[in-house]
Amino acid sequence: MREFVASRWGVRAGSVLAVVLLLVVAPSMLSVFSLGLLGKFICFAIVAVGIGLAWGRGGMLTLGQGVFFGLGAYIMAMHMKLADASLFGGTGVPDFMSLYGSGDVPGWWEPFRSPAVTLLAVALVPGLVALLLGLAVFKRRVKGAYFAILSQALAAAFAVLLIGQQATTGGSNGLSGFRSFFGFDLQDPANKVMLYSIAVIVLLMMMAAARQLMHSRFGELLVAVRDQEERVRFLGYDPATVKTVVYVLAAAMAGIAGALFVPIVGIVSPADVGVVPSIAFLIGVAIGGRATLLGPVLGALGVAVAQTSLASSFPSFWVYFQGLLFVLVIGFLPGGVASVPRALANLLKQGARTEADRSTGAFSAKSGVPQRAPDGLDVSTGPIREEASR
Amino acid sequence: MRSPFLLSPDEPKAGGLPAGQHHYLKIRNLSVVFDGFVAVDKVNLDVSQGDLRFLIGPNGAGKTTVIDAITGLVPASGSVNHTGTEILGRKVHQIARLGVGRTFQTASVFENLSVLQNLDIAAGSGRRALELLRRRRKTEPAVEEAMELVGLGHLAEKQAGVLSHGQKQWLEIGMLLVQNSDLLLLDEPIAGMSQDERIETGQLLRKIGASRITLVIEHDMDFVREFATSVTVLAAGKVLSEGSVAEVQADRRVQEVYLGSAKEGGE
Repeated sequence: MREFVASRWGVRAGSVLAVVLLLVVAPSMLSVFSLGLLGKFICFAIVAVGIGLAWGRGGMLTLGQGVFFGLGAYIMAMHMKLADASLFGGTGVPDFMSLYGSGDVPGWWEPFRSPAVTLLAVALVPGLVALLLGLAVFKRRVKGAYFAILSQALAAAFAVLLIGQQATTGGSNGLSGFRSFFGFDLQDPANKVMLYSIAVIVLLMMMAAARQLMHSRFGELLVAVRDQEERVRFLGYDPATVKTVVYVLAAAMAGIAGALFVPIVGIVSPADVGVVPSIAFLIGVAIGGRATLLGPVLGALGVAVAQTSLASSFPSFWVYFQGLLFVLVIGFLPGGVASVPRALANLLKQGARTEADRSTGAFSAKSGVPQRAPDGLDVSTGPIREEASR
Repeated sequence: MRSPFLLSPDEPKAGGLPAGQHHYLKIRNLSVVFDGFVAVDKVNLDVSQGDLRFLIGPNGAGKTTVIDAITGLVPASGSVNHTGTEILGRKVHQIARLGVGRTFQTASVFENLSVLQNLDIAAGSGRRALELLRRRRKTEPAVEEAMELVGLGHLAEKQAGVLSHGQKQWLEIGMLLVQNSDLLLLDEPIAGMSQDERIETGQLLRKIGASRITLVIEHDMDFVREFATSVTVLAAGKVLSEGSVAEVQADRRVQEVYLGSAKEGGE
């Protein structure tokens, strides 16, 4: 089973199944409203793919992905606001600006009038910020909990900054009330299905990219850096470069996810980019299994679905449940749900072995190389030494 | 097996290769100070290519600190010249790229990766970005050869984490070889090995030492007698004596140091 899942045919079968389920079955079975919700979850899953790479494979506990998600989202939102203002208002000035500000469009908004610039910027701006940050942080050998705290502080600062700029970013209200997306009417259900489909296709592309990276030599090097950063230096690599590359990639993925989130959900506000959403991104990844390809995606989807259904019935209960789930997974299942089959298999094997030993009544002198990797050392699913404990 | 990449037909000998342009390690006035404590005190050391030099001395003599200083792990003053290039003051990974490789007392391989992956990473610091982003299609000849040389050919796909202690040390030596280091710094490579493993390791060192600059820290005097071509004795951060095994053993000051700390040296 494992071999099949990892084999070329397994990957093809899985991809076809995912495409059929998400692009054919879901749109025909779900209401437009539910499809919109699923589209939102898909955006979270795209962020999760990046976190899976950076945290699961690279060992960087990225507690601030909300920043990159927010950069992508706000850039897209600015473009849509400007486009709406030109299409419907005639003045070219977004509605809220005349309400709260001078009625002039600030200079740094102008580049995002262009659709091409916007499409590039939603990936490049988060990537560039991550590059500068990554070089500054990793070259100075900041890592572990310090890196996590730093990235979280950044998310908090970003949200505060947005709230303070009422006249240019919409403040705590954020940006909303979009009517068109690159000329398509956002009220039209057909266009909503299109947006959803774009999100699904982007998710599958990101997963393909992540898979290629995991199986490449760079992916092997990344695991080496995660497990023994200092040792890698003595082989002639600068681990800061390796980590920065993956950090930038994860940031770009979060930015693209943010850009898709805005037209699908119809609003972006500081509440979508601060500390709480940044941690929420992480929880799904941890629960699903951060070092695997599918784990983060399924974990993010599962947590988002659970949150939506549970939060509507028990609004105050969900936060505690989320926290408890996180503690339980980190404490008792560091490899996430993805490591359960292997853990069970090991348990069964162990059971069978004790059984056999007992029935023969022998000590079965098994000398030499141990046959079983201690506690699932497999690269694809192995539990990772806790970043937080270092 | 004929080894076109990693081995030379010669044996290591004191003073290094017989003639011609060769590689060397020249250390002058190397000092390392930790918070006022002088761990390494104005050490001078010359090792030539083809010489299998052993660095011995009592615990706390500063042997490992010398290697740490050469590889850029601890800040040091003085000069470390590797075949004409000053390497002191550079970053760890830059020094590694200049052909300086080391192993550690406790074998530090990448336990979550296979033997082959470990070696492939060690061989790859010069790879281009595009090459890194592709999957490994075939094993590089040097990697293949190193795997056979250190006796791990049959374990290529095994996770390094499940190897025995001795096998991990051999894997580390293999990584040095594919890393293309011509200056090998080995920190107690046979510690914790069985007698058979020690002999195999010694023979391996003789094979690879013939064409490289090799500096080995070792405690076991039997092993030193068997395989060293020359010996440097370090005590309290200073070079106490240098020469062949016999010369060093005859040195009165060396005897005093070893008698002073009775059980040192594995005698």
